[in-house]
Amino acid sequence: MRRRHLGSYVAVIVFAVPFLLPFYLLIRNALMSKRELGSLDWHWWPETISFQGFADAFGNDAVPLAHALWNSALIATISAPLSTLLASMAGYALARIPVAASKPVFFFIIATMMVPGAATFIPTFVVVGSLGGVNTLWGLIVPGLFSAFAVLLFRGFYLRFPRELEDAGRVDGLGHLGLYGRLALPNSGALFASLGILSFIEHWNAFLWPLVIGQDPEFWTVQVALSTNLNQQAVNLPALFAGALVAILPLVALFLIAQRWIVRGVLLTGIKG
Amino acid sequence: MTTTAPARPAAGRSRRPSGRRAARWPAWRAFLLLTLPMVAGLFVFKYVAIGWGFLLSFNDARGTIALGDWNGLDNYRRLLGDPAFTRSLVTILLFTLFIVPVTFALSLGLAVLVNRLRRGRALFRTTFFIPAAVSYVVGALVWKMSLFSGTPSGVANSLAYLLGHDDAIGWVAAVDPPLYWIVLVTVRLWLQTGFYMILFLAGIQQIPAQLYEAARVDGAESEGRLFRHITWPMLRNTSVAVVLLLIINAFQAFDEFYNILASNLSGLGRADGRTPLIYLFQTALGEQNYGAGSAGAFVVTMLIVVFTLLQGRFAGFGRTAEEEG
Repeated sequence: MRRRHLGSYVAVIVFAVPFLLPFYLLIRNALMSKRELGSLDWHWWPETISFQGFADAFGNDAVPLAHALWNSALIATISAPLSTLLASMAGYALARIPVAASKPVFFFIIATMMVPGAATFIPTFVVVGSLGGVNTLWGLIVPGLFSAFAVLLFRGFYLRFPRELEDAGRVDGLGHLGLYGRLALPNSGALFASLGILSFIEHWNAFLWPLVIGQDPEFWTVQVALSTNLNQQAVNLPALFAGALVAILPLVALFLIAQRWIVRGVLLTGIKG
Repeated sequence: MTTTAPARPAAGRSRRPSGRRAARWPAWRAFLLLTLPMVAGLFVFKYVAIGWGFLLSFNDARGTIALGDWNGLDNYRRLLGDPAFTRSLVTILLFTLFIVPVTFALSLGLAVLVNRLRRGRALFRTTFFIPAAVSYVVGALVWKMSLFSGTPSGVANSLAYLLGHDDAIGWVAAVDPPLYWIVLVTVRLWLQTGFYMILFLAGIQQIPAQLYEAARVDGAESEGRLFRHITWPMLRNTSVAVVLLLIINAFQAFDEFYNILASNLSGLGRADGRTPLIYLFQTALGEQNYGAGSAGAFVVTMLIVVFTLLQGRFAGFGRTAEEEG
């Protein structure tokens, strides 16, 4: 029995090392000087810690990293709550407001789940482009606000919402909108937080759509900026890693702080997806 | 999903006293206000987009997104006749065949392993899950420039040196043997394993402990047998969901191929590592050929739909205990 547990720990540590290694490399490389990182032998840790990489990353006019971070922050902080709110509104209406259109609207929404998102980026680009959305913030944000899947999750949640609570609200004179705004929405905080955080992560890390739509450096997100750095002819390695480290810090912090919500969101989206 | 739905609105209506027609309008108004943004958004960015793209795929639309220059099935014919496109389909099929079973096995294995721990379960769960916070771009960057960089001080090359291999290997550039596959598969493995491990872990924790006790009473002592006879069958639904998600995601691979193999618009892309989405990206944004790009989008979409339906067919046989419980 004892030995079995020891074996489990040995195994789990052996697996944990490669999972943590890339984080170590990001930190080590970001703190090295160009000369040391470019040398031919292996160094476990920088001889002298250098912040030149960070200075170079933010001082590069060709790739405006600070502005790209700002764009990503803006896009993710607008998209996450807004997309979750829109899904919650529709989910509530479909679950709780008995009108004849409910069923066709429901099918209209979930039918879009059949189509894989990334594969149809060209048709979406055609529409957004014709509306003048290339190189605009709305072009980056708006097409990603509509998640049929989140509607489905919210609808399921509101179907289980206690009827007594709603009846009490109705006695107090609340209409459907009041019931949603005053009772249902404030009581769906857990689901809201889970899906909102996942949406934030998704938007922060998105690459293909920002690459397609934000072609001008002014509209680059942090992922596009990093990709540009990576694909340059002469790469400034410490600056490359310093930029990447800055780009993952907000999400790693979010993961450590809000893991409970993230796990819950993953279970919701994963199992039913 | 299809047959039971109508019961709900009907039941809701019948609960009210008849003749309250006045109450209908506020309900309609609220319904419209709440669903309109979502419906309008999906209409424009999904229905119109897909409809327009579909029509565009029958047009000669180079440098334009306007309809009018109809050319029938030319785009599809040219696309399927282009070795670069068919090669990209082969590439993504191979990639899917690699990445799906490997990710599946590793995430399931880690879930079982983490679940066996008495202490430190949360710590190790976080360790395996945290790469999910990292973008594919950053993953590709670390893999290409540090872990599998072609210089002797790259991690993989330093390890190879310790094992007695003196020459630095150019991992990303190595085509014969195609070592770049190792780079592509491991980066995705690192990025997504934790996500699926979380799904398996939750599935495992839902299995009633009595099942294991009963099996032990019946003489099934070994870990392997308990896994085969209890854990594995009880995880059936989770497994089906995981495979489905893995296939859909693998088919749409773009980020790591683009960044590791430098498949950007400057045309540096390598034919042997081009996925369908990279091919389409270059067609639509490089050559501005939106007709062919749209046609390709539909070919890829159809492939994904067919694959997921096939998988659903396979998984449909002999459903077991999990959904009853």
